[in-house]
Amino acid sequence: MISVKALTKRYAGVTAVDQISFDVAKGQIVGFLGPNGAGKTTTMRMLTCFLPPSSGTATVAGFDVLDQPLQVKRRIGYLPETPPIYPEMETVEYLKFVGKLKGLRSADLQKRVDYVCDRVSIADVKKKLLGKLSKGYRQRVGLAQAIIHNPDVLILDEPTAGLDPKQINETRDLIKSLAGDHTIILSTHILPEVEQTCEYVIIINKGKLAATDSVRNLRARTRGAESVVIEIAGRSGAIEAPVVQNKLEQVPGVSRALCKQQVDNRVLFEVESQKGRLVRGDLTRAVVASGWDLNELRPAAMSLEEIFLQLTATEAPAQNEAEKSPVEELQKQ
Amino acid sequence: MRNIWIICRKELGSYFVSPIAYLLLIMFAVIFGFFFWNALGVFIIEGMEMQMRGQSFPMNINEQIIRPLLSNASVIGLFFIPMITMRLFAEEKRTGTIELLVTSPIRDIEIILGKWLAALMLYSCLLLFTALNFAFLFKYGNPDWKPLLLGYLGLLLQAGAFLAIGTFISTLTKNQIIAGAVTFGVELILWVIGWVGEYETALWARVLAYLSVLTHFETFARGVLDFKDLVFYVTVIFLGLFFTARSMESLRWRS
Repeated sequence: MISVKALTKRYAGVTAVDQISFDVAKGQIVGFLGPNGAGKTTTMRMLTCFLPPSSGTATVAGFDVLDQPLQVKRRIGYLPETPPIYPEMETVEYLKFVGKLKGLRSADLQKRVDYVCDRVSIADVKKKLLGKLSKGYRQRVGLAQAIIHNPDVLILDEPTAGLDPKQINETRDLIKSLAGDHTIILSTHILPEVEQTCEYVIIINKGKLAATDSVRNLRARTRGAESVVIEIAGRSGAIEAPVVQNKLEQVPGVSRALCKQQVDNRVLFEVESQKGRLVRGDLTRAVVASGWDLNELRPAAMSLEEIFLQLTATEAPAQNEAEKSPVEELQKQ
Repeated sequence: MRNIWIICRKELGSYFVSPIAYLLLIMFAVIFGFFFWNALGVFIIEGMEMQMRGQSFPMNINEQIIRPLLSNASVIGLFFIPMITMRLFAEEKRTGTIELLVTSPIRDIEIILGKWLAALMLYSCLLLFTALNFAFLFKYGNPDWKPLLLGYLGLLLQAGAFLAIGTFISTLTKNQIIAGAVTFGVELILWVIGWVGEYETALWARVLAYLSVLTHFETFARGVLDFKDLVFYVTVIFLGLFFTARSMESLRWRS
């Protein structure tokens, strides 16, 4: 649905986006992840034909953003970082305006407006002035305008920024529910958001592509071997870590057992096993057979946060300071 | 064409939903009404003096009331046009709604024409108040309507030119006040540079006089359609909108 090849954007002296390439298949939700100033917004603006790329190509539904912008724009719904609303308009009036702007015929207009109002649950503020709406409602109106013309592709720039936790959850659910009909790219710098909402993730840092993969693969890839965290308690008071370690490492398939923590009669181990071998059952039996209690056993999955840091922290910290400060960002806009 | 109308309707909507349009309408009506009242007063006194002196110098409503009033209207318009155009693009840039317009399947030129047309329509509404005043002249007198009509054409053309300049300036900043102030300054300069033509006949003075937007209005106020002046206004409108389009394009390459 979306194909990006060596996309580059240079501003006076600064390369905001550097040779990014990725593909997004139809119907996917893709998370566009990166720290502030990584080039997420710039990339999205190039996909929506707001900014022309300096070099490289991007096609949406087979149409090039430079050569056939009108065709691309017709197929894209875009929610910028701040919802593009006119405070002096009423919700329905605004949605009708956007609908007409996107080329909807007046016959379908009312139907579509009613439909999207239901979809993003803003039916109760249909007659309200947009300027008087709360941030959460504005964001939903922003989503409503993005889907009003039933576009193939939805591009959402930090759709949950500035919302309260309840609204964030609602918005995420809403986005997930939209996935069937639309291909969605959403940018964020919040990692759990990607874990919860997206199937695929594109990580960029300082304008460069750091990783692109499915959320599940990415976790596995950065882990290498599988590992579990196991907490064991001695039945009769004290328990000795070396003894436990020895016992655990005797379990077939376990390559290494590491004591992480020892409190009173409890020990916490991280057990690494060879890839593809399920050792949890054997571990459990070994623990019980030794007369200990098994308090906890869980996969030691790396959170996306750790993956992200691992992927982006390869550069020297000195370069981090050279990053644009938020104030400069603002002035540039 | 449809897209131009969509933008135009939206702009008119935001003019008339906010107090801007009503404020401008009321101020314009009061100021022009005052000019009208003055002109009428002077006309009546002159008429009475003529009668007392027993002279039969013909009094002419067109020459003595309508023509100076049309010139007045064009100068009053000078003060109002920046207030009409300053928000056109500056506001959209400030609130970020420009992103919605530019990422919609609609051409830049359609956005520009829609906005310019809306501004011109609001200005026409202001002119309606002058028509209200002039209507009294037709009720109690017998002026010639053809020069008046040409006068209105001139007013609209002149406003179109100034509005195009103002629209262009509005794309340069996201601050409405700056857009308004610069537009006003530019208009003022385009008005007064014509004055050099009154004492200087060198080429540079004639060029400056030609560039003065208000001197071209004189023929229209007299009720004469001079092709030269028509071309001048149309050219300024075209150039103003052309530069607006260029500016919008560069906005994308830069921002």
